[in-house]
Amino acid sequence: MAKFNLKVNGTNKEVDVDPATPVLWVLRDHLHLTGTKYGCGVASCGACTIHLNGKAVRSCQLPVSAAGNLEITTIEGLSEKGDHPVQKAWLELDVAQCGYCQTGQIMSASALLKSNPHPSDADIDNFMSGNICRCGTYLRIREAIQTAARNTAK
Amino acid sequence: MGNDKNIYSRRSFLKVSSLTGGGMMIGFSWMASLKPTEVLAGNTAAAEWIELTGFVKIMPDNMVKIMSPNPEFGQNVITSMPMIIAEELDADWKKVVVEQADFNIPKYKSQFSGGSQSIRQGWQLLRKAGASAKAMLLQAAAAEWNVPVAELTASQGVVYHKAGNRSLTYGALATAASKLPIPEKVELKKTTDFSLLGTAQKNVEGQKIVTGKPLFTLDYHQEGMLIAMTIRPTAFGMQLKSYDATEALKMPGIKNVFDIKVYKEGYERAGFDTRTFNHLVVVVGNTTWEVMNARKKLAIQWEPMPEKKEMVAGWGGKKEELIPAGLESSADHMKNMRGMQKKPAPVLRKDGNPEAAFAKAKKVLERTYSAPFLPHNTMEPISCFAHVTEEKAFFVAPTQVPDFIRPTLVANLGISASKLEIQLARMGGGFGRRAYCHYMVEAGLISQKIKAPVKLVYTREDDMTNGVYRPSYMVTYKAAIDEKNNVTAIHIKGGGIPDNAIHANRFPAGAFDNYLAEGWTIPSNITIGAFRAPGSNFIAGAEQSFLDELAETIGKDPIDYRIELLQKAKANPVGKNNDYDADRYIGVLELVKEKSDWGKPNTKNARRGVAAYFCHNSYAAHVVDLTMKNGQPVVEKVVSAMDCGLVVNPEGATNMVEGAVVDGIGNALFGGLVFEKGEPKQKNFNQYRMIRHREAPKKIEVHFVKNNIDPTGLGEPPFPPIFGAMANALYKATGKRFYDQPFINALNTKG
Repeated sequence: MAKFNLKVNGTNKEVDVDPATPVLWVLRDHLHLTGTKYGCGVASCGACTIHLNGKAVRSCQLPVSAAGNLEITTIEGLSEKGDHPVQKAWLELDVAQCGYCQTGQIMSASALLKSNPHPSDADIDNFMSGNICRCGTYLRIREAIQTAARNTAK
Repeated sequence: MGNDKNIYSRRSFLKVSSLTGGGMMIGFSWMASLKPTEVLAGNTAAAEWIELTGFVKIMPDNMVKIMSPNPEFGQNVITSMPMIIAEELDADWKKVVVEQADFNIPKYKSQFSGGSQSIRQGWQLLRKAGASAKAMLLQAAAAEWNVPVAELTASQGVVYHKAGNRSLTYGALATAASKLPIPEKVELKKTTDFSLLGTAQKNVEGQKIVTGKPLFTLDYHQEGMLIAMTIRPTAFGMQLKSYDATEALKMPGIKNVFDIKVYKEGYERAGFDTRTFNHLVVVVGNTTWEVMNARKKLAIQWEPMPEKKEMVAGWGGKKEELIPAGLESSADHMKNMRGMQKKPAPVLRKDGNPEAAFAKAKKVLERTYSAPFLPHNTMEPISCFAHVTEEKAFFVAPTQVPDFIRPTLVANLGISASKLEIQLARMGGGFGRRAYCHYMVEAGLISQKIKAPVKLVYTREDDMTNGVYRPSYMVTYKAAIDEKNNVTAIHIKGGGIPDNAIHANRFPAGAFDNYLAEGWTIPSNITIGAFRAPGSNFIAGAEQSFLDELAETIGKDPIDYRIELLQKAKANPVGKNNDYDADRYIGVLELVKEKSDWGKPNTKNARRGVAAYFCHNSYAAHVVDLTMKNGQPVVEKVVSAMDCGLVVNPEGATNMVEGAVVDGIGNALFGGLVFEKGEPKQKNFNQYRMIRHREAPKKIEVHFVKNNIDPTGLGEPPFPPIFGAMANALYKATGKRFYDQPFINALNTKG
């Protein structure tokens, strides 16, 4: 066990955990931020996606000891009122079915738009293919990302 | 609803959200904004929901809370079922708040989410629930104004007395209405008078989902809660022999290691009590990561499981189930299935004289199809929260069938049914997997043993390798063709491990004078369970591929040939109990033909396949257009035609069909577990291929047949035929027919 000072959603959080603990479990079990989901634990499904200094990272494979001073953003911190253009587009297009994968999809999508504000459908497919949706909402996700891209440009 | 120390509470974590199109979820904080004058005179305490019926509560300010009875796993009944109530209630959907009901059969009558039955079985019940509450409000208004109820109308949460030029909101009437008896008989609206049903409404939980609120069992947290994991053999056909917990117990955060027997000695299983391994090792600790690490330190000895016979009381009555010993492999499965095809099999249906027709045939078309075991792979792995004490057995659980697991819990935990409380958590996927709730028994037993609240967590590996799969199947279709190119007989023979998928009374039974259906099974120690349209999810693809090949053989258009057969089945049905409505089946074929521009010049070069199927009370047809790129299929477009009667919520309905299309394409192309010496070779998503963004169709168009038939389901019906449409489209695109799933195997094999 060791103490770590993490920057999570703009706040300092101190945790006392095994240095090998993935940030996913620090978030879920220690900080009770359960918006970031567990789907596979081997960075193959994307449900655990967070932003590390604005870039999409699979938190199930990020040991807390490697987080250091980097800014961790989770779905809870993506926007204050749940009104990030990606979140709004998700609601406008009524994307979700079971909803379990969607926070990971939203975190991946918002990171994509930060680095590529006008992605083509192929760009979206390539970037988002690390996020599995078992319910099959991929088409709505694609359209929602395009909608968010248009709305962000305004 | 849980104890005061709960961090998780359906209301406490929610913030006020802006209305995103009606049906929002709200929390405690909004009550502070209630103006005193909105509270009814005489009720100066903080405003509370006034309960009219088990389903409907009203606030003085005219907000309406509707309880959604059925467990939710993405089929969005949490929106569509309250919509049905709201319609008959004549509530203003923009002022409706939905709350997931707890398990309570006396109150809600039916809380079964499966078989695509929620809307179908809830239709009358929910309409009556809405109509009763409205009747009480009308009666209260009539009493208030001293006028006959017949002079009153209600709309959008307000009761009007036209003659007296006055109105009262439901909120103002609620207290008086709540004192009236709930009427036994109520009048329901004419479906042509619906104003809400049939309009596209957004998921009432959308805001919570996109902001990551704790909705799922895996998110549940309670003070003092421990984490538990169950450890099972690495291969089917094995069982626990012994274990040494010494090293595991030394690991940080670990509280306890012990073993449990899921079902007690002599317990007779019911149909949904399926569990793969009865004797499990349990590790309990403070946090998930600590338990994950500690379980790796267990020294466990497994031994071969002897052959067993267990009584199972399924829907067909009591049956003895043989669970063979041995370590099974996929290679043996295929070999054994081919072997069964060569042996006589039980006859399921026979019309006319198929043997004679085949003997006389000029040509016989014979094709064999197969498919592997499929894991459900719900995105949220299996989990369950339980806190079992002398006073209460409290669960927060993902279950599609709380009423089925109740007697199992009572029997195996030794609790009384009256002490059982189940909060129906939103599920990260169901697909039938969460109808088998052995994990609730496991969590309950663990909680009893450690005398503490516990959240049982399955890792993805636990989830993927624990069985309750979609069975493996094989089927051979044979058609006898005479010298005039008429199909004179059909013979379907097939089976599965351990269930077969032959629906002998479904189409094309009834369309052929000579018809024989035979089915066999092979017992297995690999457990199976319902997987999105059981049986249908294999046989539809095989049947629709065969019909396609048969149509080509006799020189007919695939859609025209199906319609021709259905018209024959309608005009001159052969045999009895033909399980389909030919008109509705033709209806979806004609709709998909029209909407896909089938046979038109602009689709002349399309690489397309068609398939249609009827199951779980609804009709579905798809046309798949694809192209090949580097030897891999790219699905350009799918046009889907559905007949599910009245469409309750077109938004949710369209989403379901799209999802089923994507799911079907993924399973047809990639899905399948491979077994070697009893062990599934794939244990996680880095080994098991799921369909991803880049493989999803570019476009899906969904069309619904318009009729006034009472609504039927959509969870399963669109899924089975997509396998056939894919196989048929791949044929046009590659010149090759695909008989064995997953199709990617043949696609990646040269020649």
